Amino acid sequence: MVLFVCFEQLSPIFLYNSVSWSTLAMNTTVVAQLQRQFQDYIVSLYQQGFLDSQFSELRKLQDEGSPDFVSEVVSLFFDDCSKLINTMSRSLEQPDNVDFKQLDSGVHQLKGSSSSVGARRVKNVCISFKECCDVQNREGCLRCLQQVDYEYKMLKTKLQDLFNLEQQILQAGGTIPQVDIN
Amino acid sequence: MARDGGVSCLRRSEMMSVGGIGGIESAPLDLDEVHVLAVDDSLVDRIVIERLLRITSCKVTAVDSGWRALEFLGLDNEKASAEFDRLKVDLIITDYCMPGMTGYELLKKIKESSNFREVPVVIMSSENVLTRIDRCLEEGAQDFLLKPVKLADVKRLRSHLTKDVKLSNGNKRKLPEDSNSVNSSLPPPSPPLTISPESSPPLTVSTESSDSSPPLSPVEIFSTSPLSSPIDDEDDDVLTSSSEESPIRRQKMRSPGLD
Repeated sequence: MVLFVCFEQLSPIFLYNSVSWSTLAMNTTVVAQLQRQFQDYIVSLYQQGFLDSQFSELRKLQDEGSPDFVSEVVSLFFDDCSKLINTMSRSLEQPDNVDFKQLDSGVHQLKGSSSSVGARRVKNVCISFKECCDVQNREGCLRCLQQVDYEYKMLKTKLQDLFNLEQQILQAGGTIPQVDIN
Repeated sequence: MARDGGVSCLRRSEMMSVGGIGGIESAPLDLDEVHVLAVDDSLVDRIVIERLLRITSCKVTAVDSGWRALEFLGLDNEKASAEFDRLKVDLIITDYCMPGMTGYELLKKIKESSNFREVPVVIMSSENVLTRIDRCLEEGAQDFLLKPVKLADVKRLRSHLTKDVKLSNGNKRKLPEDSNSVNSSLPPPSPPLTISPESSPPLTVSTESSDSSPPLSPVEIFSTSPLSSPIDDEDDDVLTSSSEESPIRRQKMRSPGLD
């Protein structure tokens, strides 16, 4: 009688432990895979020139207290891009009435903020864009505008994928790998 | 994040406790806590600099223009701002290129004020223009940072500020008569260091102005502080107005890339 009762009490505990063990094992593998994916992806973004070291500087500023710092900053940056591109597009609309001064101001702002978040390709287009502004080359400016629009949208997609990977890692109980770029 | 374009991210209540703005009785100031006023018209840059400063344990007030900075400091009108007596600002860090009032113009106004001329002012710029840097340093800027600003840059500034705050008793605005700076008058260093585009230019300047203002400025205390933060040598700091001329400056000029 006593034994029977003991067994009844024991078995659920026993079962729970074995279930949690295999869950743990599974999670560890999943986490490791995701972390590997994340690492590879972020390294490829640096290698392909989408990001530069300033992005890794921003990542240093993220912690448990501010876990979304990077995604928030880049989100503001993309908003900036959208607004500035619209303004600059308007400036370039009429061939004989281009406000190059306003254009230059817009490019300067875009160059600044892209530099601050490590958006390397966007920043590089801004450098060319500024050169076109300086010589009042409307055609060149239009091309640069198109390119900067393309680049920021491309980066936005890439970073969204990166942040999604981050979320998956965290949800699986893992930590985001520190990736050192130098 | 606040987007009102005005004073972002430092709520009124925090401002009250910092400087007793509006004449409200404030809590005793924590003299060890460093309060930084950051000025930048770019929202992205404001957010980043603010985070950089907070992560290095500074209290931050971030504003989007020189005018708002002056307003915050109580320098925007002629009458004496008695209620700003207790406004404790340990560092002002400002962007150079801003619409309306440039960082340089703001620097001048701060250095002209009796209340805040002692406060170190750091200029940030995305452009590495030597004449611009020279001008700012001559006007009394403490340092010039090349954007994008990195954590190492801010840590460097921070490490000097802590010692500065501890050494001088009380409000930054007052003369630190009993500071242990050995300095009197300093000749400004010539020439400024060569800056590589990749790293923030660590520059040194004596902020000793040519007028008959106080012989000691808080920044000169920096000379007694050795570099303690583990930062990479590329951003080697020469944030000091060294009283002991060459030996200390040379000691700090460790970076091989500098002339």
